[in-house]
Amino acid sequence: MSYYLNEFLFGIYPYIALVVMFGGSILRYDQNQYSWKADSSQLIASRGLRVGSNLFHVGIILLFFGHLVGLLTPEWLYELAITPATKQMLAMVAGGIFGTICFIGMTVLLHRRLTNPRVRATSKPADLLILVILYVQLILGLATIPFSAQHLDGSSMVALAEWAQHIVTFRGGAADYVAGQGIVFKLHIVLGLTIFLIFPFTRLVHVFSAPFKYLFRSGYQIVRKRG
Amino acid sequence: MSNFLDRLTYLTRTPETFADGHGITTGESRDWEKAYRGRWAHDKVVRSTHGVNCTGSCSWKIYVKNGLVTWETQQTDYPRTRPDLPNHEPRGCARGASYSWYLYSAARLKYPMVRSRLLRLWRDAKATHADPVAAWNSIVIDPEKAKSYKVVRGLGGFVRAEWDEVNEIIAAANIHTIKTYGPDRVVGFSPIPAMSMVSYAAGSRYLSLIGGVCMSFYDWYCDLPPSSPQTWGEQTDVPESADWYNSGYIIAWGSNVPQTRTPDAHFFTEVRYKGTKTVSVTPDYSEVAKLTDLWLNPRQGTDSALAMAMGHVVLKEFHLAGKSDYFDDYCRQYTDMPFLVQLEERDGRFVAGRTLRAADFKDGLAAGEHADWKPVVFDANSGKVKVPNGTIGSRWDKSAKWNLEMRAAADGSELWPEVTFVKKHDDVVAVGFPYFGNIENDQPIFHHTGHDSVLDRNIPVRRVKTKDGEILVATVFDLLVANYGIDRGLGGGNVAKDFSEDIPYTPAWQEKITGVPAARVIQVAREFADNADKTHGRSMVILGAAVNHWYHMDMVYRGIINLLVMCGCIGKSGGGWAHYVGQEKLRPQTGWLPLAFGLDWCRPPRQINSTSFFYAHSDQWRYEKLEVGEILSPTADREKWKGSTFIDCNVRAERMGWLPSAPQLDRNPLEVAKGAAASGQAADAYIVSELKDGKLGFACSDPDNPVNFPRNMFIWRSNLLGSSGKGHEYMLKHLLGTQHGLLGKDLGESGGQKPQDVCWHEQAPEGKLDLVVTLDFRMSTTCVYSDIVLPSATWYEKNDLNTSDMHPFIHPLTRAVDPAWESRSDWDIYKGLARKFSDLCPGHLGIEKDLVTVPILHDTPGEMAQPYDVKDWTKGECDPVPGKTMPSVVVVERDYPNTYARFTSIGPLLEKLGNGGKGINWKTEEEVEFLGKLNGTHLKGAAAGRPKIDSDIDATEVILSLAPETNGHVAVKSWAALSQTTGRDHTHLATPKEDEKLRFHDLKAQPRKIISSPTWSGLEDEHVSYNAGYTNVHELIPWRTLTGRQQFYQDHEWMRDFGEGFCVYKGPVNTRTLKSVEGKRDGSKEVALNWITPHQKWGIHSTYSENLLMLTLNRGGPVVWLSEIDARKIDVADNDWIELYNANGAIVARAVVSQRVPEGMTMMYHAQEKIINTPKSKATGNRGGIHNSVTRVVVKPTHMIGGYAQLAYGFNYYGTCGTNRDEFVTVRKLHNVDFGDEVPATAAE
Repeated sequence: MSYYLNEFLFGIYPYIALVVMFGGSILRYDQNQYSWKADSSQLIASRGLRVGSNLFHVGIILLFFGHLVGLLTPEWLYELAITPATKQMLAMVAGGIFGTICFIGMTVLLHRRLTNPRVRATSKPADLLILVILYVQLILGLATIPFSAQHLDGSSMVALAEWAQHIVTFRGGAADYVAGQGIVFKLHIVLGLTIFLIFPFTRLVHVFSAPFKYLFRSGYQIVRKRG
Repeated sequence: MSNFLDRLTYLTRTPETFADGHGITTGESRDWEKAYRGRWAHDKVVRSTHGVNCTGSCSWKIYVKNGLVTWETQQTDYPRTRPDLPNHEPRGCARGASYSWYLYSAARLKYPMVRSRLLRLWRDAKATHADPVAAWNSIVIDPEKAKSYKVVRGLGGFVRAEWDEVNEIIAAANIHTIKTYGPDRVVGFSPIPAMSMVSYAAGSRYLSLIGGVCMSFYDWYCDLPPSSPQTWGEQTDVPESADWYNSGYIIAWGSNVPQTRTPDAHFFTEVRYKGTKTVSVTPDYSEVAKLTDLWLNPRQGTDSALAMAMGHVVLKEFHLAGKSDYFDDYCRQYTDMPFLVQLEERDGRFVAGRTLRAADFKDGLAAGEHADWKPVVFDANSGKVKVPNGTIGSRWDKSAKWNLEMRAAADGSELWPEVTFVKKHDDVVAVGFPYFGNIENDQPIFHHTGHDSVLDRNIPVRRVKTKDGEILVATVFDLLVANYGIDRGLGGGNVAKDFSEDIPYTPAWQEKITGVPAARVIQVAREFADNADKTHGRSMVILGAAVNHWYHMDMVYRGIINLLVMCGCIGKSGGGWAHYVGQEKLRPQTGWLPLAFGLDWCRPPRQINSTSFFYAHSDQWRYEKLEVGEILSPTADREKWKGSTFIDCNVRAERMGWLPSAPQLDRNPLEVAKGAAASGQAADAYIVSELKDGKLGFACSDPDNPVNFPRNMFIWRSNLLGSSGKGHEYMLKHLLGTQHGLLGKDLGESGGQKPQDVCWHEQAPEGKLDLVVTLDFRMSTTCVYSDIVLPSATWYEKNDLNTSDMHPFIHPLTRAVDPAWESRSDWDIYKGLARKFSDLCPGHLGIEKDLVTVPILHDTPGEMAQPYDVKDWTKGECDPVPGKTMPSVVVVERDYPNTYARFTSIGPLLEKLGNGGKGINWKTEEEVEFLGKLNGTHLKGAAAGRPKIDSDIDATEVILSLAPETNGHVAVKSWAALSQTTGRDHTHLATPKEDEKLRFHDLKAQPRKIISSPTWSGLEDEHVSYNAGYTNVHELIPWRTLTGRQQFYQDHEWMRDFGEGFCVYKGPVNTRTLKSVEGKRDGSKEVALNWITPHQKWGIHSTYSENLLMLTLNRGGPVVWLSEIDARKIDVADNDWIELYNANGAIVARAVVSQRVPEGMTMMYHAQEKIINTPKSKATGNRGGIHNSVTRVVVKPTHMIGGYAQLAYGFNYYGTCGTNRDEFVTVRKLHNVDFGDEVPATAAE
């Protein structure tokens, strides 16, 4: 892979993707409130949703937070508790379990979306696209496990965490950390960034509106002021 | 500012709290709520209603947004009623609320459509014939071409066309038909003018101007109760629903009030809070049954047995026991009970004959003119026979004694008529009464008894000296009591001392037939009469189509009416006969008539009773299975009727001038008029001589001869072929000539009795109609079978008027939005057609003389035609005298090229001849002059100087200005006109409202109450609710009958021959439609069930039945109700597909298996559209039919009587009825449900 391409995909593309994701989401939220929704198809067909949707959501939420914590926790911090090798093992085991859960859920969902005529007929191209991309991304993610198993020292994981931390802290040379990694990691990262990129154009925006707030607000009865 | 930034409020102060911190207020944006507010925002609200033959006639708010109708809600601004009477609101139901769906649905007709084969033929013909009339001629005279488009009617293949082109086809067809066959070969069917008066009038005005025929609907729908004219000389005058609230005892008899009178049902429940008792009489456990205090469930079709038993109880316990002075006084003054009946000797016994008349006595009892038409009573004061005031003779003798004052007509002396001779008689003789309850029905669910066919009962009589010698006479009352089988201590048999004796017509006797316990019948009869006695008539019977659709409907109705009359309930607030079937009450009728039938340009219009028309022209008579002898009275002279069939009776009735004819003569009436002119004779003399010589005949004698076919047919505001068309499959075969499901054989094949007076053709014609044109806003089943379909405006897209018998208001239909796509209002469609017709006339039709035959009409002096025996001139029994023994003959001048000019202006005959109705006439120059100012006048052309009727609003103003109900000035004039005849001043009923004049825009502001008018028998004022017969009782205006009173006795010869002089029990007749289809059995279990077709819950007739919202509420397609017992017999579970068939055709539907239905009966809500979800029938091989696919009309001779006081013809007043409930079907499970989807599209295109 050329230096330029490596630099673009892992040094610049992340910023494009993140700007589009946040900027796009804000614009969409501002300009098109009615499109800000999960687009649930439960009303059309509920069969398969209980298993598929729950497994998928449980798996993907835990995978997301696993990636977040795993990639962005500085080495000096977790070294207080565990070695990189242990951390890698932990990531492989946890990622494997949650990835499998998510995989089962997504398989059910994908099957439902493709075969249920009512769901199929009401699906937008973006619905199908995001589901397929997530599915591929998940498979890629699971495919990294055998790669990682070939070198259990954690070096690869540390390099990728360095890359991520360099990106979010706006430090140069981030792409260099990825350059030597296996192709499956690279594909996984590029596709992941692409998900960020298309995020505001899909139903994924409902992620931002997960009603966590409800857990913390003080009142029992909530009344909106007259507008 | 920004939805996103607005949420970034994390640094602002903590939210305000309330309720001790349990509640918080938030300040987030509420802009999103606008969307929900916008959902219900609208640009304007317009008042309209639904012109759907629903008695509701509810005022609705129509909401318009961005130029589209979005939804509708109930209006709640009706004028208030008075204290202690609930208001009319809420009015409206789920059906009306779903109407706006139609406007933009796939069912909407958007463009003029033509059958493509016809259009191709037309365009080819036009290519070779420059003249459109010649082009049409080239198509219809070629049998191959004509057949090619007729055989695919109903099979799809429509294409869009331009308005100009379809108008040209229709006009050319009309002109060709008028020229070749005669204007009476162009017919039009449209029902219920009250639901949209202008739309009806548009078509009928066009037809009447060109000499076409307007067809009746009321008798055809079988909603017309012949018992009403028979008893009162009035057709369907009934109380408004608010009057239910004034009642003390209500029987809902065969009327499912909550389901079919939904917006009025609240009065029914509200009155129960006052303590009023309610009883329902229905064979099934219907919605009304669950609502009432008591439910009586007679076997369907046997209601007259129940009514007779109740009458038995009332006569015995009240009249004979002398318990009620009120009943006694009422009956003496307002009924024919005291009138004298001559006893005739026949076969060694006495039978009741005709009523005695003044003319039977020397010098006619000095009662003046028309002594033949003045029945007499015995006056107790003088001990002499006298003519009382108010008889039909007094009505037309200009003596101003047509009133119900208790005076003698000869000298004005006070009169006290004797009702009974039981205490003072010259003799007691046995009189024979016919009994029909012993006739066995083929179907075991209908029971019969073993009593004799003639029941001799003793009657007190007096001897009276007439000019022909001494005769025996009895009062109607004495005969009536004997007819009911009550013992009066006069000896003899066949009378009951006790209710428990099994003698007709005791409560115990009826139990065997109806299944209702005798004790229940006695209880209800007693309570009903007791309440009427104590409240002076506040007992009411609400009844409906359910009991009127049987062949012997008159007996059911007369049984009930007798009960009401003997209890003094008619004409009393809170009492009476509340017959509700459809939207019959055309309140501003006399304002509408000139507009509708072109009476301002030429009179008389051509009209026909549809039942006889369809019986003849769809060849249903060729399949007749009932014989006249079966329904003849055992006391009649059978020799006289030997060999007669029902169509013979109808032909005789037409030739004697009793019933109208269409087509009329067997020659083009334009040619006949030319012949008359050439002969130098007067038209009637010419006709008489031609008829006598046999050179001219009546078309009715040969309905299968091509010269007598109806050729062009217009259908508008109707779903004739998807709903009301009894004998649907016969219509498809013979009138339309297309695919049909007829399974039976005609008289030629089956060897049945052929008619005497009608020409028999071995080969029955198919496809008599050359052109069928339907106007509708939706693609109904009728549209599917038509050749040309014209898209009309919906009820939210046109201006029109709407009234109902359920309330006293007149409503507008208003143009909330313009007609969508290329649709047009009915007024504009016919106006456009009239213009094209006028344009194409030159060269074919000019100013023509048209010879019109007119039947003897009720409410004209002609109704006094043959006072005694029936004499038929064709048999040489009398001379043909137009207007007396045969139809009148009138020559009408038609200015064909100026049809359009006449259509759009008010003609001069209103000023010349005045206006009026029901025998009352008044001058109306002022109103015509006023309309000239209001609508403007034409400046040039054939109608120069005449007031305009350009737009539909102009047309509404014509109605509103001319009618007494909407113009106080006319009301006063009309009451004054009536006063001339009665000799009593009635104008006080209208003078308080003399200056009230309703304009169309007033109605748009708020529904308005009508003004009391003499053409109706109820009053609309501050003190009473509208109730029929009210002015008869309170203003002493006679009923328009022979005696001027309510008639228990029908003395016409044919009435007596068919045993209906007095009301008797007659069970359902044998229709014999199952035997001939036994070959269609396929090994499945089958059951024979009685075919009942009640009103829908999810539609009003066929409207709404294909509406997606209503389909969703019900089962989404055709359904038929079965009892659990019958379903079990044929292994059918709820929602299974079943097939129903008989000789008439077949139906396929899903089964609703319900406890509601009793064994032996099956119900199909009538008029479920065939275009929705209808699979193929195994029996016919074609798609299943409509509810009328298994019916066939059988006409009844007593409904053909004419020229005899109240028994004289009137359009939608009297005539043969399309009965349908005596029918049976074979029901079986449909194992293979085949929708025929795989069949490649037919070559219909």
